[in-house]
Amino acid sequence: MLISTGIPTEEDLQGVMPPAQRRKLGPVAMAECFQKIPCNPCVAACRQKAITMGNDINECPKIDFDLCTGCGVCLTKCPGLAIFIIDETYGADTALVKLPFEYLPLPQAGQYAMGLNRAGEELGWFKVVQVIKGSARNLTHTICLEVPKELSMEVRNIREGGYRDE
Amino acid sequence: MIRNVEVLVVGGGPAGLCAAQAAASMGAKVTMLERDYVPGGQLVKQTHKFFGSEKQHAGERGFQIGRMLLDEIQADPNIEILPETTALGCYEDGVITALQGDKHLKFRPERTILATGAAEKFLAFPGNDLPGVYGAGAVQTLMNVAGVKPAQRVLMVGSGNIGLIVSYQLKQAGVEVAGVVEAAPRIGGYLVHAAKIRRAGIPILTGWTVKEAFGKEQVEGAVICQLDDKFQQIPGTEKTIACDAICLAVGLTPLTELCWQAGCEMKYIRELSGHVPVVSDDLETTKAGIYAAGDVTGIEEASSAMVEGKIAGYSAAASLGHSPEEAARLRQEAMEELRQLRSGPTGGKINAGIEKVKQDGGVVHVNLYRYSH
Repeated sequence: MLISTGIPTEEDLQGVMPPAQRRKLGPVAMAECFQKIPCNPCVAACRQKAITMGNDINECPKIDFDLCTGCGVCLTKCPGLAIFIIDETYGADTALVKLPFEYLPLPQAGQYAMGLNRAGEELGWFKVVQVIKGSARNLTHTICLEVPKELSMEVRNIREGGYRDE
Repeated sequence: MIRNVEVLVVGGGPAGLCAAQAAASMGAKVTMLERDYVPGGQLVKQTHKFFGSEKQHAGERGFQIGRMLLDEIQADPNIEILPETTALGCYEDGVITALQGDKHLKFRPERTILATGAAEKFLAFPGNDLPGVYGAGAVQTLMNVAGVKPAQRVLMVGSGNIGLIVSYQLKQAGVEVAGVVEAAPRIGGYLVHAAKIRRAGIPILTGWTVKEAFGKEQVEGAVICQLDDKFQQIPGTEKTIACDAICLAVGLTPLTELCWQAGCEMKYIRELSGHVPVVSDDLETTKAGIYAAGDVTGIEEASSAMVEGKIAGYSAAASLGHSPEEAARLRQEAMEELRQLRSGPTGGKINAGIEKVKQDGGVVHVNLYRYSH
């Protein structure tokens, strides 16, 4: 149970996961935001107006996956670091997972980092394709990680430090 | 000599900063007392991004919000900030005394806004007097203000937002967090914070507590154990955790000494985490001219403290005749902001507490003479 462990369940995730059909079309955002809290910066962040939450700031965000282009602006704006970008069209067998990251040291593009799941368990070494540094004001970095396609819904963090060159 | 001031704001945290700014923007002359060397309160230690809406600067980090508010009020000729000045007492004639270095200052304000914030609660367990048992606020001060690494491996006690956030900040500072123990069966803080530390490998143990701390000269470890549904320790479930610090994040309670001294009517409200002053919608206490804003009126988020500060600031300024119509309009806007912030499930408890404050009964009348000699 998310409320007792901090780990979202399969059921929690089903409610916010972009459908498989949509994921075949290109990058798309996934907001792992399951609790009604007063927070709405993601709505203003989206240039496509794909994120809505009605009139109540306490609602959970809803992403219109047809409008979402997977640009990743919301990922860096979400105060909860709960938005991820999934691109299952990245490679033949690989997907690109973009995740928010606020630890040092940062990996460099081309290095390999230990990928972690939502419980912080190791999933393997994956290639960091790009590191988009947060602005001096925003400070949240985006790690673009190439993972096996079947792990696109599993990898949600990397271990800070200990990066490998191959 | 007693100084006459128009609006005296006691405390320069999120509520006090916003109260000073709001009152001054209407034309009032404001004096702010801040016990630290620079105002900002807990904002200066908050390295995470804040929730809320744009109006409360959501998405900005706490320290950035604090710096922005401070820059604005420092540039405001209507606001005088007295740093390293600790309010000592509030007398029945409204005089407030304060200590600044070795100087004893006395103020007679026309309006007073008490924005004194909150104090951390402590937890009773064997070994809790060992060096290495910290309050979460101290850990944040060491790490985020002084740049000192507080420990190598920490056990966090409490899964409210503070426990979750400080665990995250410890991890960011390169400190290992052995785990977060939470006596309740549910995580108390925002689940996005919980998910963030959980995917960084920090276990969150709900239904667990710290049974004792051990160590010779300082904390060398903790014994944790499981609790039953009546919060009683279950024998045989003990586990030993090696750690050199235990960080307590077991809640806050309103810092209300000045309200008591002023003779405000007080009520014990569980939902607001302690005794709180009875306040009107304008946040005026039962002592005319004395307002209260922020955690002193009940423990809540910094975003609501900022909005409460605005309400008290506009109300105080309007009552002195400063731009009353404009102040009333802005106060109304702030009240709507506050209503929205509290409209969800997380605001339910606060609203229930505020309702109890408004109901008859439970009022504690203070004997004014208890505090004067």
